Amino acid sequence: MGPFLRDNVVFREVYCWLGGSESNAGLCGGADGLLPAGFEWAAYFAAGFAIILILVNGALLGAAAFVWAERRLLARFQSRRGPNRWGPWGVLQPIADLLKLLIKEDIIPHAADRVAFTLVPIIMLMALLLSLAVLPFAKSAYLVNLNIGVLYIVAVSSITTIAIFMAGWSSANKYAMFGAMRGVAMLISYEIPLVLSLVGVVLIAGSMSLVSVVEAQTIPFIIVQPLGALIFMLGISAELNRTPFDILEAESEIIAGYHTEYSGIKFALIQAAEMAGVLAASGFLATLFLGGWSGPFLSGQLGALWFLAKLGFFVFLFIWIRATFPRLRIDQIMAFAWKFLLPLALINIAVTAVQVYFFGFYQAEVPGEITRGELLIMAAINIPLALVSIAAFGRVTREKIRVPAPRFEGLAPIPRTAEVD
Amino acid sequence: MLEDYFRQYGLIAVFTLVAFIVPTSLLALSFLLSRLGVRPQKPNPVKQEIYECGMETIGGRWAQFNFRYYMYALLFVIFDVAVVFLYPWAVRMGKLGLFALIQMAAFLTILGFAWVYAWRKRDLEWR
Repeated sequence: MGPFLRDNVVFREVYCWLGGSESNAGLCGGADGLLPAGFEWAAYFAAGFAIILILVNGALLGAAAFVWAERRLLARFQSRRGPNRWGPWGVLQPIADLLKLLIKEDIIPHAADRVAFTLVPIIMLMALLLSLAVLPFAKSAYLVNLNIGVLYIVAVSSITTIAIFMAGWSSANKYAMFGAMRGVAMLISYEIPLVLSLVGVVLIAGSMSLVSVVEAQTIPFIIVQPLGALIFMLGISAELNRTPFDILEAESEIIAGYHTEYSGIKFALIQAAEMAGVLAASGFLATLFLGGWSGPFLSGQLGALWFLAKLGFFVFLFIWIRATFPRLRIDQIMAFAWKFLLPLALINIAVTAVQVYFFGFYQAEVPGEITRGELLIMAAINIPLALVSIAAFGRVTREKIRVPAPRFEGLAPIPRTAEVD
Repeated sequence: MLEDYFRQYGLIAVFTLVAFIVPTSLLALSFLLSRLGVRPQKPNPVKQEIYECGMETIGGRWAQFNFRYYMYALLFVIFDVAVVFLYPWAVRMGKLGLFALIQMAAFLTILGFAWVYAWRKRDLEWR
């Protein structure tokens, strides 16, 4: 077995129950397992499968809990009560919703491409679940510790873009197609600042493995990389189609966007993927920028609690943003990605690279080692720099609207003089 | 080392399979419920029409689209290729030192000129 999962309780129990002492006498204490000799790999995959089941069930239950939390909190933000009938404080409401959608009629339009139409919810949920594979929930509580972890989450989570376009095209609906086209344009535009913002984290950590990134955070990277954290937060909320960026399902413009034609269990799956996506995004934010399972004390024992607290903070932030901001127009969204987020991400990379060179190579005894004090110096440079560059690029990209007041000119039709640039 | 590599990606393959089976089995459950008569399944031509807020559908799925979408796709390709180069560099930057720093500075400068050019040509705007 790999050295990576050794300390995980679930993994060890299943592995030792099946595989026994064959190659890891120290791990299993010399006891014999159920499987005969030569099947150590089977025990490994069975133990991995147990973790996979926990991950999948956790993600789906988490999505249900998030649906409830979002509805309750949005209701509070809007001075309503929210769902409060089914179970204490309405906690069973998502289950009732799921059962209702399960026994609803599943309508497929006659003009739709049936295969692609049916594949969309499967692909969406699959991409989302797969991105959880590298997330460390606590010390040694993860499925795999890939050495390309950061690249993996970026790659897997962008499969959603394909699913959205498949939904738009296969529905044979004009509005679904509009939503999908807008969505793909927006998603690929935000993909770039999103990916570039993580380069700073990789530079400081010197590794793309999420476990190494957590271990490198002697102080949380949100302090050292304020620009990176901001850009990643905004980029991921665009990738999740959350409210300031929800032009692809803008219900007041294009019915429901790409999932207009979806009903019944397919709609439930698409919604579940979106909701669990928020949880996964919060997990990534907590891991990459807030120190993951490491906390001020007892991060070995209470790692999962620290992680959950940080995840909850970002989940609340996402709900708060949704309750507060109005939807942006597509030209504003594009200008925001290409004229504001992209240059900031490039500035962040350049500055961080120089700092990493200076502290990690030029000054250090061991190349690549950055101490806690040096991280604090970097933070002291980066936070004012972030404020200055946000102010500067905010000024450059500010929208200049000159709309002359329409004049009444007799009975002739009023010429259109409004010009927006 | 290679053993670990295959074992990790083997687990991801298993995970892919599970992640495929979970939504598929929910769709299958829904289909089964319709066969058992728990869930209604009564298609008719009006119900299977394309939904357009109650109006009859005009035209097919291909409406006219703005040329802008294509420009953004081109820009995306240019900058996404840059990212492929940036990640391996970022991992090794702390150990390679000044040489890697200057090389990437040159690369990013060229990319920056491309970005400024696109801005000056008003290709970053939604017109």
